[in-house]
Amino acid sequence: MRRFWLGLAAPLLALTFAVVVTSVILVVSGHPPMQVYKDMWDYGTQPDSLVLTFNLSTTYYIAAVSVAIGFKMNLFNIGVDGQYRLAALFGAYVGGSISLPAPLHVAVVIAVAMIVGALWAGVAAVLKNRRGVSEVISTIMLNYVATGIIAYLLAEGRFGVLAQGSSNIGTPPIPASGQVPGLAFLNNLPFLNGASSQVYGMLVIAVVVGMGYWWTLNRTRFGFDLRASGLSASAASASGIDAKRMVLYVMLLSGAVAGLIGLPQLLGESHAYNLDFPAGLGFTGIAIALLGRNSPVGIVFGSLLWAFLDVSRQILDLEGVSKEIVTIMQGIAVLSVVIAYEVVRRYGIRAQQREVGRELAAIEPATTAGAAA
Amino acid sequence: MSEHKPATGTKLGLPTPADVVTPIALQRRTFSFTGWRLAALLAGLIAVLSLVRVVTGAQQIDSPGTIAAAIGFAIPIGLAGLGGLWSERSGVVNIGLEGMMILGTWGAGWAGTQWGPWWGLLVGTLLGGLGALVHAVATVTFGVDQIVSGVAINLLGLGVTQYLSALVWPNQPTQSGSIPPIPTFTLPKFSDWMKQIADAGIFFVSDCASVLRAITYEVPYTTFIAVVLLPVTFFVLWRTAFGLRLRSCGEAPYAAESLGVNVYLHKYIAVIISGFLAGFGGAVLATVLSGIYREGQTQGLGFIGLAAMIFGNWRVGGLAAGSLLFGYTQAIQLRSGLAVHALLLVVAVILVLLAIWMFYRRNIRSGVISLVTAGLVFLWYARTDTLPDQVAYVTPYVATLLVLSVASQRLRMPAADGRPYIKGQDH
Repeated sequence: MRRFWLGLAAPLLALTFAVVVTSVILVVSGHPPMQVYKDMWDYGTQPDSLVLTFNLSTTYYIAAVSVAIGFKMNLFNIGVDGQYRLAALFGAYVGGSISLPAPLHVAVVIAVAMIVGALWAGVAAVLKNRRGVSEVISTIMLNYVATGIIAYLLAEGRFGVLAQGSSNIGTPPIPASGQVPGLAFLNNLPFLNGASSQVYGMLVIAVVVGMGYWWTLNRTRFGFDLRASGLSASAASASGIDAKRMVLYVMLLSGAVAGLIGLPQLLGESHAYNLDFPAGLGFTGIAIALLGRNSPVGIVFGSLLWAFLDVSRQILDLEGVSKEIVTIMQGIAVLSVVIAYEVVRRYGIRAQQREVGRELAAIEPATTAGAAA
Repeated sequence: MSEHKPATGTKLGLPTPADVVTPIALQRRTFSFTGWRLAALLAGLIAVLSLVRVVTGAQQIDSPGTIAAAIGFAIPIGLAGLGGLWSERSGVVNIGLEGMMILGTWGAGWAGTQWGPWWGLLVGTLLGGLGALVHAVATVTFGVDQIVSGVAINLLGLGVTQYLSALVWPNQPTQSGSIPPIPTFTLPKFSDWMKQIADAGIFFVSDCASVLRAITYEVPYTTFIAVVLLPVTFFVLWRTAFGLRLRSCGEAPYAAESLGVNVYLHKYIAVIISGFLAGFGGAVLATVLSGIYREGQTQGLGFIGLAAMIFGNWRVGGLAAGSLLFGYTQAIQLRSGLAVHALLLVVAVILVLLAIWMFYRRNIRSGVISLVTAGLVFLWYARTDTLPDQVAYVTPYVATLLVLSVASQRLRMPAADGRPYIKGQDH
């Protein structure tokens, strides 16, 4: 029970701290914080904003799970960013170049994206296993290499075509058979009633990913091995878990999930990969995974909160407040959350030690008395 | 709680007095030897560049302008790398360099436009240090994972500068006004002669003149500061008691603590100096290279700096070489497409030379691989007229990956790098 409360205390403490710091910054720069928060809340809870929030959090959730898979065994896949962009580019290109019946078409795009994402992540796994290169460094480098490859491929005559009437280069648009329609029925919900747009159909994929992640982690041998490797690499290898194979599998899995990150946007809205395709989602994923403590449920709250902040801050510019205040709030929240978890963890350990000490102290006089007799 | 271990000099990873005394004579000797080898390598490199320049006619490959630009880019990269070196030598991985650099660029833009470039450099440096302080509090005091904290610092650096920009420049929040330039140094007469010789296009001579021209004509004073910081760092870290203590925190912190070194303090100092250096690098980028603060202008230079440091095996000399190499690839892609294409030939020639060296060392397998790769690169050169711009863009990253994957056995990072240190928790 105490573990539960301690687990809850950390994020609450951190979020409170983030809000306090943000408020101080707002006060210093001459804005009443309560008014700012109220504006954000009012704007963020409108149906249209909520649809946007759900759509963004779909993407964020997948990104965070992709990162969390690696984090669970202390494997830092900083390269999610490159993996999803490369995967989305190839998925978009293949999707725009073929024509198949609807469900098959979507399935092909998803498969291509997952494979490309897994392969790109696999490079880092192979480098780590065969050559001992730290995955932190290699994935950072691979992010930039991916940027270079994408810039090369996204040109006319390669993967790119010029969009009509603009200078935006993109992949050929995916035909209707490859598009995923929005979940129109959700607009009947009271809080989404009257929204002009729809929640992405790919929300389903995010739910599947989340459930799959929970299931794999808690109900399979692989998930056990993964958690064991994360908690203690030496204990894991002593109990017969092949560390190198785990690195490879976990990296491939993380990359495959990363391949899905761009798809809600790709299949639900833009239908092409172009120059203004969202970038940097991999880093958002890292932040949300940390916020949600790598837990399938925690990440749900993390991504919803993050998306809500990202959507509701759009109103701030109209109110004369710079919307980057939210980025600061998010940054502080992440940093203070990890610090809070660490503090709480140490407090837990100390409390445990004290308890053990008390119990031992209670036993010891008895045994010494016994020995004397 | 902690086990008692027999305290032997080797196990602690700290040099015993005997170790300290003897190797200095040895190091001196090897140092001068590598000095000669370095000079020979440099001359060889210039010869290869010169050869390719004469054969292909790509004058830009080592024109004074290109070399000056390469040095210009190498400075912020090297400063970020030095920052990484300080931090990692004390055992704290610093992925937040990029964020600290962003803070530095903003500081230079904000203060530089108001009170002149030197104030900009100072404020940028201090802001970088402020970012580092946050990193130090999180990683050293609270023992948070260093990668995680670094990622958060990068996020915060961007957010804070964006917010401040919107506050300070409400009309145009993505950039500052122009920052007045830093005074530059020109060696009169000499630099003009070098220019003439460089323009004459004589094999080897002109190329050496080109380098001399680049380092004597309109060199911003920040370049001298940055270059001086290299030997200063080397001296402080490797030739003073303070440096030894600092490095011992990165190798064996528990042992260091047991010998009376205040590990927390040394880590704090190292991380904050790291932030100063990264911030200064960012400030130089804004003040000298761009003359303006622009959002997102670091473009991952902090990470390239980190790469240069790893490329250089966590050592000052290697880091300088790495920075120059990466600075060159940054510069060349902006200067001339023809020169980028000619670089393929340079790579091919270097690979052939490497193959000859390998055969000489009786390492037949590596020799054959080098030779085959050289052939492929030459074919690539012969069959194309231009190279995609992106090739030069990805070079630093691919080079780092290659070096890491080929030489990771020989690279040696500080033994306790990246591990949180909590006093009294040695197991």
